[in-house]
Amino acid sequence: MVMDMPSQSTFSARGAVAGGKATKISARGVNVYYGEKQALKEVNVEIPDKGVMAFIGPSGCGKSTFLRCINRMNDTIASCRVAGRIEIEGQDIYDSKLDVVQLRARVGMVFQKPNPFPKSVFENVAYGPRIHGLAKSKTDLEGIVIASLRYAGLFEEVKDRLQDSGTSLSGGQQQRLCIARAIAVQPEIILMDEPCSALDPIATAKIEELMEELTESYTIVIVTHSMQQAARVSQRTAFFHLGSLVEEGPTEVIFNKPQDKRTQDYITGRFG
Amino acid sequence: MTDIALSQPRSGLRRVDVTSDAAGARVRRRYRAEARFRAYGIVALVVTAVFLTVLIADVLTKGLPAFIQHSLVLNVPVPADLVDPQKRNDPVEIRSADYFPVTRDALKAAIPGIEGRTAERTLARVLSTGAADALRDRLVADPNLIGGTVKVPLLLSASADLYLKGVGTSIVSRPVRGLATPSGTSGEITVLTSANDFADELVAIKRALADRAHKLTAEADRLQRFASAAVAARVNELRAEAAELRKRYDNPKIEEELDGRLPSLLVAINGGLVKITKLSDIGITGEVLLPLSSTKPNEWRIVTYTTPEGNRKVGDQETAFLERFKELGAVDRHFNWLFFRAGDSREPELAGIRGALVGTALTLLVTLLLCVPIGVLAAVYLEEFATKNRLTDLIEININNLAAVPSIVFGLLGLAVFLNFFGLPRSAPLVGGLVLGLLVLPTIIIAARAALKAVPPSIKEAALGVGASHQQAVFHHVLPLAMPGIMTGTIIGMAHALGETAPLLMIGMMAFIVDVPKSLTEAATVLPVQIYLWSDLPEVAFQAKTAATIIVLLLFLFVMNGLAIWLRRRFERRW
Repeated sequence: MVMDMPSQSTFSARGAVAGGKATKISARGVNVYYGEKQALKEVNVEIPDKGVMAFIGPSGCGKSTFLRCINRMNDTIASCRVAGRIEIEGQDIYDSKLDVVQLRARVGMVFQKPNPFPKSVFENVAYGPRIHGLAKSKTDLEGIVIASLRYAGLFEEVKDRLQDSGTSLSGGQQQRLCIARAIAVQPEIILMDEPCSALDPIATAKIEELMEELTESYTIVIVTHSMQQAARVSQRTAFFHLGSLVEEGPTEVIFNKPQDKRTQDYITGRFG
Repeated sequence: MTDIALSQPRSGLRRVDVTSDAAGARVRRRYRAEARFRAYGIVALVVTAVFLTVLIADVLTKGLPAFIQHSLVLNVPVPADLVDPQKRNDPVEIRSADYFPVTRDALKAAIPGIEGRTAERTLARVLSTGAADALRDRLVADPNLIGGTVKVPLLLSASADLYLKGVGTSIVSRPVRGLATPSGTSGEITVLTSANDFADELVAIKRALADRAHKLTAEADRLQRFASAAVAARVNELRAEAAELRKRYDNPKIEEELDGRLPSLLVAINGGLVKITKLSDIGITGEVLLPLSSTKPNEWRIVTYTTPEGNRKVGDQETAFLERFKELGAVDRHFNWLFFRAGDSREPELAGIRGALVGTALTLLVTLLLCVPIGVLAAVYLEEFATKNRLTDLIEININNLAAVPSIVFGLLGLAVFLNFFGLPRSAPLVGGLVLGLLVLPTIIIAARAALKAVPPSIKEAALGVGASHQQAVFHHVLPLAMPGIMTGTIIGMAHALGETAPLLMIGMMAFIVDVPKSLTEAATVLPVQIYLWSDLPEVAFQAKTAATIIVLLLFLFVMNGLAIWLRRRFERRW
């Protein structure tokens, strides 16, 4: 399946330093303000290459805000201000010389609510490759679309409906279509903002299965409210509380032997 | 413990007692208030429906007759020496020939035996001044017809047309007992009867005289109360007239003279028609309207045109001619295509809305081409790209203000800027379109901004998420999704522009323009202005045209609004 993906080999080579333990994203002293209100306080975190990093924490703790800093999606909010340093492979993504559009081509995103374009399934996936000039020809583009849909485990379900509207699919299918759309431009990192919160358990299981496969080639950062989900899919987990990153570490450690009292309280269900 | 908690809530809190009388009263009051509100709504709807029905019924009854027109289908002999003496078959010459004698002769041939200049002139006036247009077109198309006889519809004049639509008089015809003997076949003749057949008419006339005398006296009494010198003379006049009438009424034997203030009486005998001028119980003196075939005694009828001649546009002579043409089967009733083919005219029967329709189309075209690109791009910029600061706030407020500026102000602006400063031509669709563009632009910007705002941000985020630039996200995804809303707003704005009159008056689009405009800079008028112009004219026929034009304009508006609704339904999306 992985073989179908174009430019897969160059990709794997880049991230394979130190057997997947290399740091992909590093954040130092990140503060985020919405107008006067501070949403994130001094967040420091290292996200390793490949694998799944989960952000957990109660509502309004700033985990989604931090996620949206990684592909600079917060730029679209006029009142939002980001201070500190976030690097991807050592490159500062808030560098004024860096083109935000190219950054977002490297850092894909899947949103909480499935948001396919109200266009055909094919067009949904083809849009990214088309604007980035990835396809040389029409057949090339079709190849990319089919490979992406297959990778997202959706192709068999929609192969006869490629011209149907993306919004006509079921919720779970729509979310996998959004994942296919994200991987069609071959990002290095995929950010997922509560991708399963609008889905039923069966659709959720499919997405989680898919995430497991995606870890072979991508670094995934997921925000989730479900601690079971975090425990199932992630290798590392970070716990946010009131705008601060309280604790970060391997998932087993966070869930079994948390260092901080607040983490302990949260995962045992005392608050949140 | 829970039981205690349920039955005895914490102090300070109370549970609603649904069984109490007060609660029952509250429920009833709530139902009554709701029923009252519903009733207000229904009453408002009914009142609106009644007014709308009355309005539409009024416009339709006034306007629909204008879509029907009458022509005389006659066999018209076309003498070559009148139309094309050199026999060159030159279309220009055929077109410019004088067809008046040709049509006049055809009319005379249809009703033979007409004598006297007045009668002849009345006969010729039955036709429109543009009556020969159809004949002319036929001859230009086929010059071989010259020299022969062509069966062609000749357009009737507006008054004849109105008469045939029933705006004339009712005609009562009744048979009589005796035989009558006319003294001649044309000119002024006397007709004597063998029985006193005119007695009933004489009585009726006497009664009408008495009625009028009564009315005159009442009027004199009313005026006398003002008691001024000027009025006194008039009072005396009225009293003298009333006394005269009463004298005629009181003397049953005397011969009665008929005038235009009494219903017209006519005698139909030997295929002719005689208008009675003097009436006694056994005989009449009268004027021949339609010539008699002979003077031999024959059976006859009394015909009454119940509306007095003085109260009609179509006189007795013309009525007689038109009734004769009807009997001959020469009157053709057809759809008024000319109304949609012709430009404006001083003659109601020749006036059409083609000029106004084309002028409207050209004007709206300019408005559309100006407003849609500027309006949509302005909305996209303001909604998606402009930084929010005091300046953009000010612009936004002023766009909203502009939408509420009275339209005449835009007309003045157009006059000052487009005509006086830029020197663009007066009355031109170009200027009209520019002015209406100013008027509609704020509406379109507001509608387009609302439509852009209604597109869920998740779509834009999705596009940004796969690496689309802001502009790509807006133009590839947000704008297409906002398009149905923008189209709806645009169509409603254009419908507003379609009905706009005041600003166009300011830039001179109210001139009398006969030619259909062919370019954006030629003088033109538009439908609402045409309505305004025609509504000002005194001719009855133009009143019908006014209503007919209103119908056309309303149809346009309905179609445009229908299109807007259809677009909204067709492309509406739910997320």
